[in-house]
Amino acid sequence: MRRAGVPIAFSQGFTPHPKISYASAAPTGVASEAEYLEIGLQATADPAAVRASLDAALSPGLDVLDAVEARPGTSLPDRIDASSWRIELPGVEPDTLAQAVAAFTAAGEVLVERLTKQGRRTFDTRGAVAAISVISESAAPSEVTGVPCAILDLVVRQVTPSVRPDDVLAGLRVVADLEPPVPPRATRLAQGTLTAQGAIVDPLEADRDGIPIGER
Amino acid sequence: MSVPSVFPQLEQLLPRISKPIQYVGGELGAVVKDWDSAAVRWALMYPDAYEVGLPNQGVQILYEVLNELPDVLAERTYAVWPDLERLMREHGVPQFTVDAHRPVGAFDLLGVSFATELGYTNLLTAIDLAGVPLLARDRTTDHPVVVAGGHAAFNPEPIADFVDAAVLGDGEEAVLEITGIVRAWKAEGSPGGRDELLLRLARTESVYVPRFYDVDYLPDGRIQRVVPNRADVPFRVHKRTTMNLDEWPYPKKPLVPLAETVHERYAVEIFRGCTRGCRFCQAGMITRPVRERSITTVGQMVKEGLEFSGFSEVGLLSLSSADHSEIGDICSGLAQQYEGTNVSLSLPSTRVDAFNVTLAQELSRNGRRTGLTFAPEGGSERIRKVINKMVSEEDLIRTVVTAYTNGWRQVKLYFMCGLPTETDDDVLQIARLAHEVIRAGRAATGSKDIRCTVSIGGFVPKPHTPFQWASMCTPEVIDGRLRKLKAEINSDRSLGRAIGFRYHDGEPSLIEGLLSRGDRRVGAVIRRVWEEGGRFDGWSEHFSYRRWVDAAAATLPEFGVDLDWYTTRERDETEVLPWDHLDSGLDKDWLWQDWQDATSGYEQDDCRWTPCFDCGVCPSMDTEIQIGPTGRKLLPLTPVASAG
Ligand code: B12
Ligand code: SF4
Repeated sequence: MRRAGVPIAFSQGFTPHPKISYASAAPTGVASEAEYLEIGLQATADPAAVRASLDAALSPGLDVLDAVEARPGTSLPDRIDASSWRIELPGVEPDTLAQAVAAFTAAGEVLVERLTKQGRRTFDTRGAVAAISVISESAAPSEVTGVPCAILDLVVRQVTPSVRPDDVLAGLRVVADLEPPVPPRATRLAQGTLTAQGAIVDPLEADRDGIPIGER
Repeated sequence: MSVPSVFPQLEQLLPRISKPIQYVGGELGAVVKDWDSAAVRWALMYPDAYEVGLPNQGVQILYEVLNELPDVLAERTYAVWPDLERLMREHGVPQFTVDAHRPVGAFDLLGVSFATELGYTNLLTAIDLAGVPLLARDRTTDHPVVVAGGHAAFNPEPIADFVDAAVLGDGEEAVLEITGIVRAWKAEGSPGGRDELLLRLARTESVYVPRFYDVDYLPDGRIQRVVPNRADVPFRVHKRTTMNLDEWPYPKKPLVPLAETVHERYAVEIFRGCTRGCRFCQAGMITRPVRERSITTVGQMVKEGLEFSGFSEVGLLSLSSADHSEIGDICSGLAQQYEGTNVSLSLPSTRVDAFNVTLAQELSRNGRRTGLTFAPEGGSERIRKVINKMVSEEDLIRTVVTAYTNGWRQVKLYFMCGLPTETDDDVLQIARLAHEVIRAGRAATGSKDIRCTVSIGGFVPKPHTPFQWASMCTPEVIDGRLRKLKAEINSDRSLGRAIGFRYHDGEPSLIEGLLSRGDRRVGAVIRRVWEEGGRFDGWSEHFSYRRWVDAAAATLPEFGVDLDWYTTRERDETEVLPWDHLDSGLDKDWLWQDWQDATSGYEQDDCRWTPCFDCGVCPSMDTEIQIGPTGRKLLPLTPVASAG
């Protein structure tokens, strides 16, 4: 913010904090193409200019794609209840993965265990998964060449405790002994509101009035 | 012949280790250059964890100086934690740089910055993980030349077997000179192999190449002499001094990490060197003379460094920042310039006088109050004379009370334990001082809500200081004194409650003492500790005193010496010290005289405001004191607050 010259607002009090809040940030160790945050400014600013200056100030690999002015009403976290993920599993045959996915889908409940800040917890992963399928075209963009690479397409609802891509993979291990030989690579593709049709609605949509920022 | 990045292999290990972000690089300010078009390639290492190493000024400066040359490439590498080390060994991933994740073994040079000796075991891990033979003599032209720098390099003898070369003193010009030599040697087709390259470096008289010097020992274990084993290298190797700091305004582009680190601020050295003459302080002795950066350069660096980095904290560094000839104007100028912004300024000065409080007051105009630390170092007037820390008890109490009346609720007092000639009573005086401070503070402020923290560090005698001959106390003596001190502080319940007490045990200090004043035989101890799993010795949770004691017991007797011989033994005037052939400019006779003066309580003034007292540095290094005042001011101002 400082490098970009964005006039960020600060909280009141003894140790003022910049007004910035991240909505459901991706866990460590995954890639993401869809992270959202809200920032409070001292004055109104042109969102396109804020986007451009933040993007220019950030390190390569951290790209700011879009910014809109928040309208009163629901807050950003209220508009995010699901994420879609793509998980590459180098070294796993697509058929093996498809069988595991079928077993997972058929199960009513898939319990896994994870160490959380509150200690070791057991929770269901099946309930949170809104959609899970194996992508067919296997000529996938994987840097590990010469080995098969299955790809999982996943939509997960936001629940507590949160169900992360590695929890779903743990679930596949539980139902079908799926053991990827190398760590899978997960990428978050989108976040937003899950519709009855299973689509994910861009959370910035409501503020944007449907007009893409570049076209204003 | 490009080298591939190891990132694809490394990436697969990252989900399995703690804090993976420290290994991915991508910092603002990081430079990635084309491998093939570089004539000379440096890997620079700070041998500690990324979170400690990244903010290091020395590495950042050299990184920038080198990368400014179009045909030179410099990347950084840090110590990897044992969890990643294990996986790297298992999967054959070599030590890598964080910039382009290139294998360290492929570089021409590996420069390692040693602020402390406790990084030696981490050096061995890095060399070994890089696939480079541990012993310098086993290396070929295929391996990088391992160069040690930083303060600990003023006695590199304990790591003499593992490094190819060491540079004493400032690095800016040294790395450029070394680069030139390597560039020419490579362009000629590497004539004479590694030996020829090292010889060319040694002939500069400012690069120490241990393999060209032999150490002979007396039957009693002391050193008889250290002499060149060939005719064409110098008898003594001299330290480097960068003069005219205004011409070297680095770092201009401070690295801004994505991961959390110990310091997230833009640090500007406002001067180098210190002639206060504290007898325990190696930094003060080996960085003489004082060279100031002018007020205008400091102002310019702060402005540009903040704009580039976006940091909101500025540290004005030096060994005694309140001593800058224009420090008042620097502080008020910067405070004014950044008033109303969220930039906070800090001056890590520990000088004990009211002026220091005024400066801190000035810097806290933005509302943020940094802590105040005063360092009387010794508890009794007598011991303060021994260490040449000229502070009277009256001054100390007056200064601390000034801080309390100016609104500080908490101050830190820093002392040392285990100093030469120290008795239990000298240490117990610390309690009396602390009580007095609280009593006077309460009287002056009428409030019970004031505190002080007494922080105690163990004294470690260092090479090139008047205390280089001194004996160390045993850990038992140190720990005993600290126990008594604690009881004494709490002997008055009311005052004791307002006093915090922090200290280090005596054991790590003893090992630091072994490494500081060690000779080449200590290399066997380091190697043994490392083989037994020693890593990150600067971290109390990783440091194992037992491991060091056992390794010393297993390796030193064969030479007829032991741990005590290196640490608790006092040396006499005629003993050849392991670093006598390494020239810090200080005249050994002057140091000896200062050591004698110490034990008779005779104080030495500062050559900045009294005549030169012939410590030897300026004539032998052809340097001079460079101080202001320049008379310039930081005004008129560009109002920073309204910009952006
Ligand atoms: C900031 C600081 C810290 C920060 C360091 C942050 C960091 N990662 O750098 C923190 C708070 C973490 C710290 C910790 C410690 N510090 Co400290 N620290 C300092 C301080 C104030 C500034 C250091 C600095 O940046 N100097 C400026 C840079 C540019 O100098 P430089 O690093 O020496 O680099 C130059 C040359 O040495 C050379 N060079 C350096 N590396 C290389 C490598 C090669 C290949 C070459 C050719 C040249 C070269 O070139 C550089 C440019 O000229 C100094 C006091 C001072 N003003 O120097 C104490 C100081 C360095 N610290 C000291 C000590 C004792 C420690 C600790 C051991 C304390 C402890 N007991 O825990 C720890 C060790 C930390 C660790 N594990 O490494 C002592 C060193 C003792 C000595 N040798 O005399 C000093 C001198 C303070 C003192 N007066 O006692 N410290
Ligand atoms: S030679 Fe003289 S002027 Fe130079 S640092 Fe030593 S005492 Fe000071």
